Amino acid sequence: MKDAEAAVSTVGLTRDFGSFRAVDGVNLDIPRGAIFGFLGPNGSGKTTTIRMLCGLLRPSSGSGRVVGCDIAREGEAIRRRIGYMSQKFSLYDDLTVAENLTFYAGMYGLANAKRRERVDAMIALADLRGRERTLTGALAGGVRQRLALACAIVHEPEMIFLDEPTSGVDPAARRRFWETIADLADGGATIMASTHFMDEAEHCTSLGLMYAGKMLISGSPDALKRELTVAAGKIWQARVPDSIGFLDRIRAFVSGGILDAYIFGASVRVLACGARLPADVAGAAAWEEREPTLEDVFVHHVRSSAGMEGQRCDA
Amino acid sequence: MRRLRALIVKEFIQMRRDPLTLAMLMLIPIVQLILFGFAINTDVKHLPTVVFDQSMGQESREFIQSLSATQYFDIRGYAASYDAIRRAIERGDGVVGIVFGPDFARRLARRDGAAIQVIVDASDPMSASSAIAAAEMIGLRKSAAVVAEATGTGMSPVYDVRLRPWYNRDFRTPYYMVPGILGVILTMTMMMITSMAIVRERERGTLEQLLVTPMRPWELMVGKIAPYLGVGYAQLTIGLLVGRAVFRIPMRGSLALLYLLTLLFIFSTLMWGILISTVSKTQMQAMILSIFGFLPSILLSGFMFPRMGMPTVFRYLSMALPLTWFQIITRGILLKGVGLESLALPVIALCVLIAVFLGVSLFKFHRTLD
Amino acid sequence: MISVRDAHKLYGNVRALGGVSFDVERGSVFGVVGPDGAGKTTLLRMIVGVLSPSSGTVDARVGGDGSDSKRRIGYVAGRFSLYEDLSILENLALFSRLYGMDAARAASRSRELLELTGLLPFGDRLAGRLSGGMKQKLAIAAAVLHEPELLVLDEPGTGVDPVSRRDIWSVLYRLNRGGVTIVVSTPYMDEAELCTRLVFLHKGRVLESGTPDEICDRFPHRILRVRTDVPETRRRLADFPSLSVSSFGRTVRVVVDGADADALPRLREHLARAGIAADVDAVRPTLEDVFVLAAESGRDVA
Repeated sequence: MKDAEAAVSTVGLTRDFGSFRAVDGVNLDIPRGAIFGFLGPNGSGKTTTIRMLCGLLRPSSGSGRVVGCDIAREGEAIRRRIGYMSQKFSLYDDLTVAENLTFYAGMYGLANAKRRERVDAMIALADLRGRERTLTGALAGGVRQRLALACAIVHEPEMIFLDEPTSGVDPAARRRFWETIADLADGGATIMASTHFMDEAEHCTSLGLMYAGKMLISGSPDALKRELTVAAGKIWQARVPDSIGFLDRIRAFVSGGILDAYIFGASVRVLACGARLPADVAGAAAWEEREPTLEDVFVHHVRSSAGMEGQRCDA
Repeated sequence: MRRLRALIVKEFIQMRRDPLTLAMLMLIPIVQLILFGFAINTDVKHLPTVVFDQSMGQESREFIQSLSATQYFDIRGYAASYDAIRRAIERGDGVVGIVFGPDFARRLARRDGAAIQVIVDASDPMSASSAIAAAEMIGLRKSAAVVAEATGTGMSPVYDVRLRPWYNRDFRTPYYMVPGILGVILTMTMMMITSMAIVRERERGTLEQLLVTPMRPWELMVGKIAPYLGVGYAQLTIGLLVGRAVFRIPMRGSLALLYLLTLLFIFSTLMWGILISTVSKTQMQAMILSIFGFLPSILLSGFMFPRMGMPTVFRYLSMALPLTWFQIITRGILLKGVGLESLALPVIALCVLIAVFLGVSLFKFHRTLD
Repeated sequence: MISVRDAHKLYGNVRALGGVSFDVERGSVFGVVGPDGAGKTTLLRMIVGVLSPSSGTVDARVGGDGSDSKRRIGYVAGRFSLYEDLSILENLALFSRLYGMDAARAASRSRELLELTGLLPFGDRLAGRLSGGMKQKLAIAAAVLHEPELLVLDEPGTGVDPVSRRDIWSVLYRLNRGGVTIVVSTPYMDEAELCTRLVFLHKGRVLESGTPDEICDRFPHRILRVRTDVPETRRRLADFPSLSVSSFGRTVRVVVDGADADALPRLREHLARAGIAADVDAVRPTLEDVFVLAAESGRDVA
């Protein structure tokens, strides 16, 4: 693969299941060494897209290239060079930790000394020392996840696909998991992960927001937040005495540049254009500017793409 | 090759971790063999019989005694009317009814067709057939004896039909049952195990992971089959040992040849299971499809019901069943002691079946999840 | 309104809950926050009364005596447990009858709730045909038909898209303003911030409790955020004295001791010496920061 070539690039990637369009014209351009996050709710097409890139599903239309090979015609070559961790952590419960690793190493053609060396390295990387002989079925969620990742990268692939890799795992284990991912990326691998945890998306270097099969927008988390501020204003937060009443009143101010308002615990948050909140909105409350969250970004884009009125400051 | 080895090693480890299933697989042949070896008997004796004797003479009593002596007839009672016989048969108290007319003795003395009515509950023709044959035989023999006495020519019949039952002189059912049951057991277990094999990976989610590796479909299939070849041979061995020790079945031919040819049979049955596994979406479907394959194997392969008696179309259908050819092989080698030359057809047939099953499996196997 | 004292729950050898204590005030929006397997569902089921603690007490004082309390509580379970082959209106009618409401009251209450949840135009649609978010809203409507004082929801935001999740929370806030006390469980830290008070649950024990602000203010450490384009920055900070260093894409969060007043300038120096161009500033800890450090140090705060 040429150095300058993107790790993953697709044009108009589409997949139908009967009359249901699961993935609708997705364009991707992921450079090598990136950690790309597919962010979106369940059913938005993330898993289907990843499966198409791995060669597990054929696209209905559109094209794509992964690690320099065409996904429709060069599936064999792609499969040898990628690692894949599926949503269900496909491990053999009746095999031990070491046996699972050895099996997958063998499946990727690693022999004898090299295989032993890699299995050992994976046990160290995934912090599985002392558990080599444990049956996989007896492992706790976070440990299974580490083993599944280890099995997916035992052959040192240059491209790694992770489908909802942290589902069902506690935040501490999730953090450690993303550390490992970051290390792999530093080592030159390209990672594509899908998740529906908005806060987890912050771990990625760039994101693609998926909703109803379409890619709404893509960019780094910071870029997306900046774009939101440019397009739709800033996020302000304050405690108000009657939050529901406040929301009802604010509806009248859409023309005044208030694009969204919602209750946030004991406070309210307002998305408003302009450098300051209009005085009649602000009232007596003490407003503080807050950094937009990826959820704010997401909601804004879903509403815009659905054609809802009043989603942009310049409109 | 490394991939294939990795797959085979994995299957062996998984098999070893499930000792319960393995133990059951070994015990099944023993239990089934003993059960069916003893239980099944196509030569039905001691049929309950009811007699309506209107002549009440010594001659009829003497005939009844001859019938009894064949052991095919168990005289349970005497009826007083035709109706009583009918009721007895309807109730199931009797399978055979024997009726002597009131003028039996007189007609016998005059050599004028002394009729004996043998009524048979033919709703189960297999049971009935032995009785019918025996009754007719008694009738003929006694007639011949009377004629011989009358003409003074001695007991030698004019047409002397001499029976020479080869291979199974005493018509002992176990001799052909046991090799048959062996094949049935192998078919059942081999097919069921492999039919679940690929589906289970699909349901557990591990198939997806395998598809993403450089693995080729044939490697997956051969890998799945490998450990069960061993199980099949173990079952064969246990079955033969039990057959010899308990039923004393003969082993006239070369056991080495039997073991060699069994490879083809086991392979083809395992491949059939893999084919089912490839087209099934759930384990339930796989199980049902196996039964659909298993049932014809029992009924059409010649295990219990002779193929010779089947309509042509079914006889051809049965050629698509591995068990049919295995019956020919086992009976051939164990009972008849034949060699490879006589078994060319089964060998070729099994090879063709293996090729067909493998080919269709590969064709139907989706390299993708759709 | 709800008082939990030293509640334990054992399933055979497995301790799902080990000595949990907290209070829920009337009128609050209370969150039980924790990952899968922390014991959230078990706790919620005990509050609602479908499960009893192995020891300790769970007291939901909802007025009336014991037999009446089921009328005062509404429950939305983790899995959709309404009838997929009945329409929205049919489902509501069924549940109103189960709660013993008379027809007229049921009709007006259903209408009121359908308007609140935005489901009014879809009254005749089969429940099985609704999107995840709409199903959840229907479940909420069905749970509050009988005007309970307490509404308990097991992971209402799970499996629901962000837009619907905002809608659902807006419904919950409105109900809360109308006087309903709300208890939710959630694995999402960002959803935790939507509550007025919460407890962190981890492996059946309480790690932290209080309002989101209190919990973050109590955090004894400081978070320094390093924004840079240089890869491997996290590794280069391995020798900087800190409690933990984690990377988030191109950002690194460094947790330093709260008492350390000049950690920020020192970090800037360290990076400059390493030749790494970066933006460094101090940021508020998030609930996730608190949770991760508490879980990792194995602390329990009852």
